[in-house]
Amino acid sequence: MECVFGMVGKDFALVVADSSAVNSILVHKSNEDKIMVLDSHKLMGASGEAGDRAQFTEYVQKNVSLYQYRNNIPLTTKAAANFMRGELATALRKNPYMVNIVLAGYDKETGPSLYFIDYIATLHKVDKAAFGYGSYFALSMMDRHYHPNMTVDEAIKLADQCIEEIRSRLVVAPQNFIIKIVDKDGAREHSWRRTTKD
Amino acid sequence: MARYDRAITVFSPDGHLFQVEYALEAVRKGNAAVGVRGTDTIVLGVEKKSTVKLQDSRSVRKIVSLDDHIALACAGLKADARVLINRARIECQSHRLTVEDPVTVEYITRYIAGLQQKYTQSGGVRPFGLSTLIVGFDPYTGVPSLYQTDPSGTFSAWKANATGRNSNSMREFLEKNYKETSGQETIKLAIRALLEVVESGGKNIEVAVMTKEGLRQLDEAEIDAIVAEIEAEKAAAEAAKKGPAKET
Repeated sequence: MECVFGMVGKDFALVVADSSAVNSILVHKSNEDKIMVLDSHKLMGASGEAGDRAQFTEYVQKNVSLYQYRNNIPLTTKAAANFMRGELATALRKNPYMVNIVLAGYDKETGPSLYFIDYIATLHKVDKAAFGYGSYFALSMMDRHYHPNMTVDEAIKLADQCIEEIRSRLVVAPQNFIIKIVDKDGAREHSWRRTTKD
Repeated sequence: MARYDRAITVFSPDGHLFQVEYALEAVRKGNAAVGVRGTDTIVLGVEKKSTVKLQDSRSVRKIVSLDDHIALACAGLKADARVLINRARIECQSHRLTVEDPVTVEYITRYIAGLQQKYTQSGGVRPFGLSTLIVGFDPYTGVPSLYQTDPSGTFSAWKANATGRNSNSMREFLEKNYKETSGQETIKLAIRALLEVVESGGKNIEVAVMTKEGLRQLDEAEIDAIVAEIEAEKAAAEAAKKGPAKET
């Protein structure tokens, strides 16, 4: 019942993820941060198998850091997305990572961007993306209300509408959500949407 | 048998590893490098040969970051340095990945020294021809450290040290003039040591300062300003020595 979605706005990109860590019928915790800050200007929202998620996202983050030390210049969002896709593709026919990722980044030259990367190494550059059962509701909501060059407030309002739909229509809806934003000033946590206080 | 021990790293009859000693010679021919540890600052300084006019100096960085809190300067074969630095950078990230903690200065020094030692005990390879000066702040205790490694794979911690060309004169200077310093004083001490063996001027020196916030490379103007301060202090000291003598 995990849910991750994101969208691109005027000079920023937004990623929203649920924060439940679930094992069969047990909720381990409901404040799990699934949106990793990859570097100063990239956000990676990941959903899927918990072990794979941690393993893969940490591996990508350290490799992105290594690239920066080696080359004295940060990776572009596009390059990071392609690197991730390559890793997923290499592992696919042996030992697949069951992780779905929404990558949001801000590059000085090209502005904000969003990438949809699923567990079988599909890569798409998109304006809006969503994973999980919640995607049925989030994507429909975004299809109806999204328009290019939204302001932060408009995008947050749309994200809230998506969360509202997920909460009301999904049978086992996640309790809390976390919203992170990336723009020219960097990647950072924006806010939480809680129903429980874990 | 005696003729074979000069080409590969095996013991000579009198207990020397000639290849390692020759590697140390290569280090002695490399550019001068100095490191000084202060209470809240650690400074690395490296001599820059200014004879190359057409070269883009930005592509030749002699003081490099291994991680956010660790920096390295070296003397000797620069190509060997590139390989070692690359391995060290990978190890820094690998350590963070496996134990979720940044490396300590001692850990990464031990790793680099271990690599250098491996190449003195393997078949068909030659030792790395460089000595490194590694500086950083311990990420947990905040204690500053300066370490040196050499081609044999030994390493130790230092309050201040020099390697490369004329390292003996620099080390003598540091032994005579070292005291616990902080901030700007540490930078001045490092540059003074380097100026003992290098032509004065910001063009010929590369200096980087490591503080708890990270590594900062000083630009030419800053170095020139500090060099000017040092020259002024030297001139004042000379004048003070001559002054009283004239009166008597």
